[in-house]
Amino acid sequence: MSNHANHAVHEPFVRVVKRDRIRFSGKVVIRLVAILLALLVDALFILCVTGLNPISVYTTMFDGTFGTMRRFVTSLRDWAPLLLIGIALAPAFMMRFWNIGAEGQVLMGAMGTALVMVYGAPVMSTPVLFICMFVSAVVLGALWGLIPAAFKAKFGTNETLFTLMMNYVAIKIVSSFYNKWRGTASALGKLNKATEAGWFPKMNILGVNASYGITVIVTVIMVFLMYAYLKYTKQGYEIAVVGESVNTARYAGINVGKVIVRTMLISGALCGFTGFLVVAGSDQTISATTAGGNGFTAIIVAWLAKFNTFYMVLISFLLTFLDKGATQIASSYANLNDYAADIIKGIILFFILGSEFFIHYNLVFRGKKKEG
Amino acid sequence: MDMLIAWLVRTIAFGTIIMYGALGETLTEKGGNLNLGVPGIMYLGGFSGFAGAYLYEISVANPNMVLAAVIALVCGISASMLGGLIYSFLTITLRANQNVTGLALSIFGKGVANFFGAYMLNGKIATQTNVYHVFHANIPALAKIPFIGPVLFGHGFMVYAAIILAILMNHFLKRTRAGLNLRAVGENTATADASGVNVMRYKYLATCIGAGISGLGGFCYVLDYNNGIWATTDQIEALGWLAVALVIFSTWKPLSAIWGSYLFGLLYWLYQFLPSILGLTVSSQFTDLVQMTPYVVTIVVLSITSIRKKRENQPPAALGLAYFREDR
Repeated sequence: MSNHANHAVHEPFVRVVKRDRIRFSGKVVIRLVAILLALLVDALFILCVTGLNPISVYTTMFDGTFGTMRRFVTSLRDWAPLLLIGIALAPAFMMRFWNIGAEGQVLMGAMGTALVMVYGAPVMSTPVLFICMFVSAVVLGALWGLIPAAFKAKFGTNETLFTLMMNYVAIKIVSSFYNKWRGTASALGKLNKATEAGWFPKMNILGVNASYGITVIVTVIMVFLMYAYLKYTKQGYEIAVVGESVNTARYAGINVGKVIVRTMLISGALCGFTGFLVVAGSDQTISATTAGGNGFTAIIVAWLAKFNTFYMVLISFLLTFLDKGATQIASSYANLNDYAADIIKGIILFFILGSEFFIHYNLVFRGKKKEG
Repeated sequence: MDMLIAWLVRTIAFGTIIMYGALGETLTEKGGNLNLGVPGIMYLGGFSGFAGAYLYEISVANPNMVLAAVIALVCGISASMLGGLIYSFLTITLRANQNVTGLALSIFGKGVANFFGAYMLNGKIATQTNVYHVFHANIPALAKIPFIGPVLFGHGFMVYAAIILAILMNHFLKRTRAGLNLRAVGENTATADASGVNVMRYKYLATCIGAGISGLGGFCYVLDYNNGIWATTDQIEALGWLAVALVIFSTWKPLSAIWGSYLFGLLYWLYQFLPSILGLTVSSQFTDLVQMTPYVVTIVVLSITSIRKKRENQPPAALGLAYFREDR
């Protein structure tokens, strides 16, 4: 009879239970295991497809960032905008506002900067020029964030789809100006090449003379500022409440529409600011690829870091490291190319995304006794 | 007149690409999954289709072109569905965030296609398979009729298959029990679950089959539109986002996706044909602004539908949300 009773209670082989909480060390272990597994899968991929020794490929990848001081500093150039966009997205994501439009917001910022560089440089003194470049970038970036936010606040328009479409509007506007300024030349060279007006001055970073020093310094400062804004200010708290539950926020007397618009103004303005830093600091020119997909990658950075800007530092650096590493292996091995970076990055992201599950849920196998 | 015909032919060929992309994504989104990996899936479909036909062609002395086309279709669809499976496993079983997973899939798909594509190219800029003849085959007697011949009958079978697929999908979503259940899953997952619908199975099937259909968009781009030529490309990514735009533009209705896709195609190629038809010369900076119109129109449609709040035009209510039965 007892046998019969056992059959009546049909217990699945494995079931999923939500964890109450998880220790910090548990989170770290799960994430590390995920990254190690991903590296293992990537190693298998390298071995099977190319027949190369994965260890030596990984060593070459490591050299891509850490091989020489110059490479490391160049990595910082690529890392700073990615991180800064991630920081810009943090308040929006914390509010559960899916700003997929960072690419467009950065491009509009870059556009604003370039406009002032082209038309303002002949008539402005240097300080005025920089101020105008900055203002123009921030205003255009903020505008690109404001439009979808206003529609979301007023009509509940789906912001994921709205911001996504705004990217392509920005891309086409930028290509239009690119083609206008390019004229009959095959490509648009550096803006203000003769006068270098609107270029950041070169400064010495770790022994390398580069014009993007300001970008790196500003980015590091923003890591702290945004962390403090989200954690210790009233506005940051309001963002967190709206993100947790819109109804709770309303009940607590928070004007949800106002918070959405204000937060997206900040998010868009910071993206626009990134565009300013990229154009004035590292590119000194503009094209439809000025944002270079960072606007999309930064979404992954901001989400995986769970809006914590210090985690973003690590994740964005990991992604930059992979990019630099892939460029390095592409030039060292004949049968690997740049796109290996996308595959390796994709696999690592899949594993990290999958590992989130084990942070939030527990698997209980059949026959295991219930914990008290 | 010739210009007008060329414009319409280009429009329909272009529209077909994004129609497949949008139809697949519509099916996926009806199940409540917002898959932003459409560009990646289209890369997978396009490249695998090409690779299947190309490898078959170079390994056999006398390749049978129809067989090559079948191999290409099987490879293209299964690779796209595999991409969809990765996405499904992460978002449905492991409940990862859909937007982020989709974007990661876009990066991954583009990487896979261009990485392995470089092997096929073997140092060349571009390489071609002859299988495109099969995809271009039409009925010559009909295609020779002046004007309507080339415009209506001058295309390969993929163009007509897309229209049939849209009609079938409309019927499936509106008139069958399975379609109704799928929509219930996308609108209110918990209610569907409570009424006995197997949520997991519906979500998995909709997402994987949807990915297979979306992948056909990339497939058409490479093997039909691009005459079977593979070259390292960023173009498919833009097409993928345009397909996502089309889903919104058509307000999640397969039948609207038919004319919507042709409208997008017409607008996309407007810059090349309209000025020459009217005898104007237009500088390149304006062509970009014209190419912007599909996106602007989509934004306008999205805004208007959200302002008017007509219930049949809204996105699926549970779109983008992970489902866990024990969550309350």
